[in-house]
Amino acid sequence: MSDDHGAKHVVLVEDELNIAEAIRFLLSNDGWRVQTIANGGSAVEVIRNAAPDLVMLDVNLPGKSGFEILEELRADPAFADLPILMLTARGQSRDREMAEKAGVSRFMTKPFSNSEMLDAVRALSGTSDTV
Amino acid sequence: MAGLKQADLAKTIGISASYLNLIEHNRRRIGGKLLLEIAASLGVEPNALTEGAEATLIAAMREAADEAGLSGPEALRADEFAGRFPGWADVLVGTRRRVAALERTVEALSDRLSHDPHLAASMHELLSTAAAVRSTAAILAETKTLQAEWRDRFHANINEDSRRLSDSAEALVAYLDADAGAADAANSPQEEVEAFLAAHDFSFETLETADKARATEQIAALLAAHQPELSLSAAHIAQGVLAQVARDAALLPLATLRKTLESVSPDPLALASRYGVAPAVILRRLAALPELEAGIVVCDRSGTVLFRKSVEGFTVPRHGACCPLWPLFGVLGQPGLVVRETLSQLGRTQARFVTFATCEVATPATYNAPALSQAVMLLLPAPLTAKDDLAVGSTCRVCPQSACTARREVSILGGMV
Repeated sequence: MSDDHGAKHVVLVEDELNIAEAIRFLLSNDGWRVQTIANGGSAVEVIRNAAPDLVMLDVNLPGKSGFEILEELRADPAFADLPILMLTARGQSRDREMAEKAGVSRFMTKPFSNSEMLDAVRALSGTSDTV
Repeated sequence: MAGLKQADLAKTIGISASYLNLIEHNRRRIGGKLLLEIAASLGVEPNALTEGAEATLIAAMREAADEAGLSGPEALRADEFAGRFPGWADVLVGTRRRVAALERTVEALSDRLSHDPHLAASMHELLSTAAAVRSTAAILAETKTLQAEWRDRFHANINEDSRRLSDSAEALVAYLDADAGAADAANSPQEEVEAFLAAHDFSFETLETADKARATEQIAALLAAHQPELSLSAAHIAQGVLAQVARDAALLPLATLRKTLESVSPDPLALASRYGVAPAVILRRLAALPELEAGIVVCDRSGTVLFRKSVEGFTVPRHGACCPLWPLFGVLGQPGLVVRETLSQLGRTQARFVTFATCEVATPATYNAPALSQAVMLLLPAPLTAKDDLAVGSTCRVCPQSACTARREVSILGGMV
């Protein structure tokens, strides 16, 4: 949820610390409040408690995969419409299909340009429909 | 089967029970004497036994016709075709089966990224790191007023990631090009042979002392005892290598050579002169001494590598052609020439080698036919200090030497090494 200063809240689940740092910098500069988690195992609980405006989710994560996290969140009616942007270095069509089936809002393959990522985040935060 | 057990029937007609089993299930077609014997043992007409096999053949032909889109009256006459030309029908069905097997192989290879966990993990690591570098570099380049603290952190990150990227790329190239793990090592006949020879530490005590007649038996025994069983192609190559070992051992036993090397250096020409043998014999014999930690590569007249003993720091490519700058290829077609060259292989390691290469005629002379020669290159590890070595690659695909005149194809390394 937006905080007292109106900043929107994003939870970033990414175990590659340097990517997480770059994304955190870019989103903070874009006016977001960024919360990062490196472990998939605790992601669902953190997201449930934080009730963010957007989730960015890596696929390959320690503890629990991005697909599992996505499925668990979508199974909860409270998060059925939460915008979720999935980031993966596995750009195979099978992964994309799996993510779409599990209800991802948008799927991006690494490496991506910063402007491409920011555009996707801005678009998703304006609507909860698939972009 | 008229109350007769399969094993009893097999025994009566003098074939193995497993072969009879294949015949029963129409996986082996039979005719002539064997067919008549089985029919007589079972007390039935011979054509009663072939009906099943023909039905299988005709069904396979109909499937082939269907896949090829053949329809109409011709497609319905598969039985007539099989009856009139059973040999051709077999060829057609066999070819269709082979095409299907090849299609499965192609499918498996093209889907390797999904099925090969090591490759998938390497690619994932590479792309993840590239993503971090790209984002961070763009922040550094595009953010006009970046605080010093952030700038320093991003510089450190990019430094760390670029190192990771380089390591990942190197590991991936090593995996694709060289042997990466025992489980994956033996997938070409040459690699099977190398694994077989390595299991014996490249020396065969029983062949060192065997006379000519006994050597053939010993070779057969060595090949038969190897587990896992060698493929037909690998067994053919291994047999040739072992026969060569036996011939070399008869000329110069390893025990004799080892004793000599206690007092002299392993100089191939001096040793060849001392024992009155061809230099190639000395190169192969030296490679068989584990204490020298030498490598060897042997190729035929076409440049195809027949045999190799790998040595740390010198990669013989797993797929594709070798670097044409190797002295091995320089001596091809020049029997008698012996080249001595110190070289190092560009790329991952700093290893240096003193190499000796020579070419010998590998077949007996016949009138008006080309002499089938083969080249041998011995690699002896050399100290790291000297310079002005010949710089060679492994194969163009993974060679960083962009200005090489011998380059056949573009390197996948680009500027990464």
